Amino acid sequence: MNPFSYHRPTETKDALSQIQKANAKFIGGGTNLIDLMKEYVEKPSELIDVNALNLRGVKTHADGSIDIGALVSNADCAYHADIQTHAPLLSAAILAGASPQLRNMATCGGNLLQRTRCYYFYDKATKCNKREPGSGCDAIEGFNRIHAVLGQSSSCIAVHPSDMCVALAALNAEIHVRSPRGERVISILEFHRLPESTPEQDTNLHPDELITMIRLPANPYATHFNYLKVRDRSSYAFALVSAAVAFDLEDGGTIKSARLAMGGVAHKPWRDLEAERMLTGKRPSKDLFATVAKHVFAKARGYKHNQFKVQLGERVLVRSMTEAIEKGVKR
Amino acid sequence: MNDIALTINGQKKNLTLAPWTTLLDALREHLDLTGTKKGCDHGQCGACTVICDGQRINSCLTFAVMKDGSEVTTIEGLAKAGGELHPVQQAFIKHDAFQCGYCTPGQICSGVGLIKEGHAKTDDEIRELMSGNICRCGAYPNILAALKEAMSK
Amino acid sequence: MSDLIPQPGRYVGQPVDRYDGPVKVTGEAKYAADYAADGLLYGFVVNAEIPKGRITSFETSKALKVDGVVDIITHENRPSLAWFNSKYADQDAPPGNHFKPLKDDEIRCQSQPIALVVAKTFEAARLGARLLEISYHAEPFETNLEVAQKDAYEPRSKKSGFEKPSSRGNFDKGYERASKKIESRYMTPPETHNPMELFASTVVFDKKNESWIVYDKTQGTVNSHDYLVNVFGLKKDKVRVVTKYMGGGFGSGLRPQYQLCLAMMASLKLKASVRVVLTRQQMFSFGHRPAALMDLRLGANDQGELQAIEHKVVQETSRFEDYEENIVNWSGLAYKCENVSLEHKLAQLDLFTPLDMRAPGATTGLFALECAMDELATALEMDPLELRKRNYTDKDQAHRDRPFSSKELMACYDQAAEKFGWSKRSAKPRSMRNGKKLVGWGFAGGIWDAFHQKAQAKAIFKDDGRLTIQSAVTDIGTGTYTILAQLAAETLGIDIKDVTIEIGDTDLPPAPLQGGSWTASTLGTATQISCRAVCEKLFTLAKKLPDSPFANVKFEDVCFASGSMHVKGDPSRTLELQKIMKLAGESKLEEDGKTSPGLLDMIRFAKNTHSAVFAEVEVDEDYGMVEVKRVVIAVAAGRILNPKTARSQILGGVVWGISQALHEESVVDHRLGRIMNHNLAEYHVPVNRDIHDIEVIFVREDDTHASPIGVKGLGEIGIVGTGAAVANAIYHATGKRVRELPIQLDDLL
Repeated sequence: MNPFSYHRPTETKDALSQIQKANAKFIGGGTNLIDLMKEYVEKPSELIDVNALNLRGVKTHADGSIDIGALVSNADCAYHADIQTHAPLLSAAILAGASPQLRNMATCGGNLLQRTRCYYFYDKATKCNKREPGSGCDAIEGFNRIHAVLGQSSSCIAVHPSDMCVALAALNAEIHVRSPRGERVISILEFHRLPESTPEQDTNLHPDELITMIRLPANPYATHFNYLKVRDRSSYAFALVSAAVAFDLEDGGTIKSARLAMGGVAHKPWRDLEAERMLTGKRPSKDLFATVAKHVFAKARGYKHNQFKVQLGERVLVRSMTEAIEKGVKR
Repeated sequence: MNDIALTINGQKKNLTLAPWTTLLDALREHLDLTGTKKGCDHGQCGACTVICDGQRINSCLTFAVMKDGSEVTTIEGLAKAGGELHPVQQAFIKHDAFQCGYCTPGQICSGVGLIKEGHAKTDDEIRELMSGNICRCGAYPNILAALKEAMSK
Repeated sequence: MSDLIPQPGRYVGQPVDRYDGPVKVTGEAKYAADYAADGLLYGFVVNAEIPKGRITSFETSKALKVDGVVDIITHENRPSLAWFNSKYADQDAPPGNHFKPLKDDEIRCQSQPIALVVAKTFEAARLGARLLEISYHAEPFETNLEVAQKDAYEPRSKKSGFEKPSSRGNFDKGYERASKKIESRYMTPPETHNPMELFASTVVFDKKNESWIVYDKTQGTVNSHDYLVNVFGLKKDKVRVVTKYMGGGFGSGLRPQYQLCLAMMASLKLKASVRVVLTRQQMFSFGHRPAALMDLRLGANDQGELQAIEHKVVQETSRFEDYEENIVNWSGLAYKCENVSLEHKLAQLDLFTPLDMRAPGATTGLFALECAMDELATALEMDPLELRKRNYTDKDQAHRDRPFSSKELMACYDQAAEKFGWSKRSAKPRSMRNGKKLVGWGFAGGIWDAFHQKAQAKAIFKDDGRLTIQSAVTDIGTGTYTILAQLAAETLGIDIKDVTIEIGDTDLPPAPLQGGSWTASTLGTATQISCRAVCEKLFTLAKKLPDSPFANVKFEDVCFASGSMHVKGDPSRTLELQKIMKLAGESKLEEDGKTSPGLLDMIRFAKNTHSAVFAEVEVDEDYGMVEVKRVVIAVAAGRILNPKTARSQILGGVVWGISQALHEESVVDHRLGRIMNHNLAEYHVPVNRDIHDIEVIFVREDDTHASPIGVKGLGEIGIVGTGAAVANAIYHATGKRVRELPIQLDDLL
């Protein structure tokens, strides 16, 4: 592991000034950053521990929107009464990820910055454009079972591994960030990016920006929702494919609005707005769901070991939509 | 080097450590508390689970310096001063919830954390919420039985 | 010898709590990396990034500049190593040109260790290892068995324990005659043992005496000891190897792993105590279960009687050693059949030499045979269990029709089938379901060997009434401590709390490797003999006492219970053991117990454990995720010393079988010659949620030939057959026959 200097500012302004140092990085829960530092993939020379900053707490506003402090742990978020009541999809997604220990440690802000689990990204004996820009991608022709089928590029086929972010994408979360230049709000849909020719950039966050909170806008999706995660074992494994689905139904059962986001298929949580529009105003049916799922994966392209994700993705999406309708919690 | 203070199993410890020392390595190599085990060093097995400020965590994925001022309970700190074992420890023996014993300190600390969290009611919930602790010997059915017994007490 | 068979009593046959339980639940149990030493240095291993070629140079300056780094040991500056190849042959070494750590610049397999960075702290060693720059000359390599199989061969020298499979009758004729035939290719991948404990050695150097205590993770303390003595030309009495507790072996500790050699190398060079712990990634850089390509043909008549069996395998080995395991032999042993054709060939890959992994050979071969039997049952439209029963054999046809020393397989079939409710199975695939889940019930049988080895144990009885049993053997989690304590307490009739078990130390009487499921029978026998000798000595002493209550009785007429010796049928004629010692003026009795395989019995009988495994799976019909909801396994394995720890052994084996069927594969990127899922996040083994109800039945089996104490061993029989039972259940659930392991959800979409 790279030697580094450690700082633990108690004021945000100090954190924002310390991050200006060369090769500095924020650390929150550390569950992914320390992992990568041990592999010598991440080599910060300054670590700014943000845990003493006042970025905790979950606050529900009168309009139904919820603010989640960047330092709220994944577990605290998932089990928080307001989240369970007003954003149960987020709870479900978080609890489908990692392990209880990791969820106790990992922060919501940090989860947004989780890096890919691509085997090649982690292994310095191989080529990886994300780890070393311009070195090539050994995954494209290699073992690519867990890799992307949507939105990938010729330089990178890695996927974003988070479950939480898939639900955040479905819920139109806003990411509030701060830098010496001031504050800005980034839509979750704009937060993560596709790899294109610069896969070393996972997100559109600037290196000196600090995530301060996640705002969930008020949503009508606490009844008909579902997070379905399919993986190679029943727990403590990353998704091969996951689908966050939420519906707002008319009294008669017609879909007033829908949200669909997929995990495990792309370099970012995969929202398909067009597919959501296809659902709007329709009555839920097997055929409708099949058509929509086909649409989502119409442009999907697999590789030697992950071809199955296209078919799997469609089935998981249909199933998740079906369960969201059928198993809608009556309140 | 950084000076830090940790309260470990009720005792205050002052340490001078390089900031890149993990809590796990600090316990094992600097405090001779070798009951906490290293099974992967990457948060993928749970063998290093300890209870930090009341919560079960993977001690391999945090720097000791980040826990300055924290209270840590390791497997060595669960039994009472007189030696009476914690109910989870007793139940692990009774139900033979281990074989090689290497994952056991992590399993037990994780079980103690699980009970405190209070989210697991059914067998399936216990299984799910103990899934962050791999047991290669395959003692899972016995671990489940042990935790059910400990929870009933 | 049959009088050595322990009868169920106060301890034997009882569910006694694990002897090592208290130290294991409190963190007191010390494993190889848990020992402290003054001035301890830490070694971090550097592995090659190419699978084959040469090291052209090391650039060490950056690494040496790291604060705390003491030395970087490579082939260029290492201490001297033995010249002769035979010096590197450990007890489990296959024939060949053994791997010699840091011997020269040659890279012979993926992730070969090529340097050790030694530092004052673990962290400095790790950083130094990252900063070491290495230049290579790369050479062409091959890691794909499907490509390498074209050069398959039969090696001339055989690994110890490997038996060249023998064919019999005329396969072609029998197959021709058969009315129902199946022909299938099965493929099993390389698997990595991945015990939870990382391989580690703490080498504690005694400067004054120029001697070492080596705390090593090994299944054989004697093996590690002799390896160090041979490789480094050390005096035998200068090295002591200690393994009090081992965090799982499963075969991975049957050979000394390279951290042992490297830690000793550093200690010799630096005259210091050194610890080397491998990383989880490095756990994928040595022995593993070999990949196998298997072709099977089975033919039966309309009644389901096997007419012909053919089982051929091409099994992976390394470029430098001919590692073979008994994969196809089981197909000549399991069922009654006159015409059997078996073939075992090796193909070389640029990976490290494979290594015995839980039930080596049988896990692989019987997976294929038991799936093929299921296919045959389908072809015959016959119940798979009925097919097995029709082909039951009470003879070992591969060895002159010798009988089995015992074989309660029929009882296993019946008791497990009854418990499972097999009679309610609907035969048709895809005919059972639970909501969105397809339900499948599958069956398979298992066989393993009942071995007995040469070993020694010492019993020491003191006038304080305490008994100590000593042996160099290790307990790798199997329960050795516990069963030895039970046997010792039972034999002397003393409280188990008064028994101390001292094992895992080469200063103690020699013992074989802990493996092959032979430890209970072997060390149990040695312990039983040593304790019996103590009893006889006590009797002799007691008899000589003035006014002895035993004056005119024979040893056969006394028994030992409640800490006393008394005349059978006359409890009034009794003396406390402590009192005998005191009156006789003895402070300590020491007796050795030795055992070795009964050669005559070895030839006269086939000695095996058997099992019947029934599995229920649920497969999601949309996305193919498999859950094993229920397993019932009945095991016939001779005398069960401790039903609690015995059950745990079988539970563990079943979990391994489920893991074999659904999860395990060390995935090699054949373009890079590199294992890519080298961590526990991506090399999947079951987690708690994957495991549901497992019921273990021990069928009563009396055996007076398998071992002197009637014990056959349990470490391996649980895995054999379970993989096939799960695979067969998946077929029954889905109608899909997957012949390549692991069976993953994409196979079932």
